[in-house]
Amino acid sequence: MAKVLVQEAPFDAGAETAALSAGRADVGGIASFLGICRGDDGLAAMVLEHYPGMTERAIARIAAEAEQRWPLTGCTVIHRVGRILPGEPIVLVLTASAHRAAALESCAFLIDWLKTRAPFWKREEFAAGTHRWVEARAEDDAAAARWAAPDA
Amino acid sequence: MRVLYFAWVRQKVGVAEEEVAPPAEVRDVAALVRWLAERSPGHAAAFADPRQLRAAVNQDFATPDHPIAANDEVAFFPPVTGG
Repeated sequence: MAKVLVQEAPFDAGAETAALSAGRADVGGIASFLGICRGDDGLAAMVLEHYPGMTERAIARIAAEAEQRWPLTGCTVIHRVGRILPGEPIVLVLTASAHRAAALESCAFLIDWLKTRAPFWKREEFAAGTHRWVEARAEDDAAAARWAAPDA
Repeated sequence: MRVLYFAWVRQKVGVAEEEVAPPAEVRDVAALVRWLAERSPGHAAAFADPRQLRAAVNQDFATPDHPIAANDEVAFFPPVTGG
C-alpha cells in the first residue's frame, strides 16, 4: 500500500527515503524522482491547483498499478499544491524494491503516469505580473504511452 | 447534479462549482457540455471547443459518451499538467 500525500507544505525527501528501509532488511534499493520548479522565462512562481479527492484516488490507483507490475517493498508519492517558487520541490516519487531494476522502472512509470493521469493544473506567474496556464505536452503523453496499460 | 470546474475552465465559467438540474434528455457528458454552454457567456466561452476539455464523472476520468445521472458529481477541466 503506497503512501500518497497531496499537500501545500514542503516535504523532507531524506526522511521519506529513510522511512522506506527503516527497520527492515529486504530492501535492496530505493529509486527517487524529485521534481523541482524551474525558473524559465522570468517565472516568479508556479501555482498548482488540483481536484481534491480525485487527485488522491488517481495517484493511489497509479501506485497500485505499479505495485502490480513490479515487486515493490514500498512506494511514496508526495505532490505539492499551492504556490511554489523556482528552486522549490514540487513532487517526490520513491519506489523501494529488493533489486534496482524494479525500483528504477517503477519510479519512471509512476512519474510518467502521474503527469498524464492525475488531476493537477499548473499556472505560471511571471515577474511582470502576467500569468498563463501550462499546456499539456505531447511528449508527456508519449512518455506515458511507453507503459501502455492493459486496459488502455 | 454537482458540476465542478478547474483551471481556466473555472476562470471562464466564473464559479468553481454549481448545482444544476439538466432535463432528462441530457444523458451523457457530451450532452451536458452542450446544455451547460447555454447557461451564460462565460459557460459558452469555457465550452467553446470541447476538444480542449477533459471530464470526470464521480471522480473518474470520463469520455464524452459516459452516461450521467442526477446525483453525479461531474467535473470539467483542461488536460492535466502535474508532476
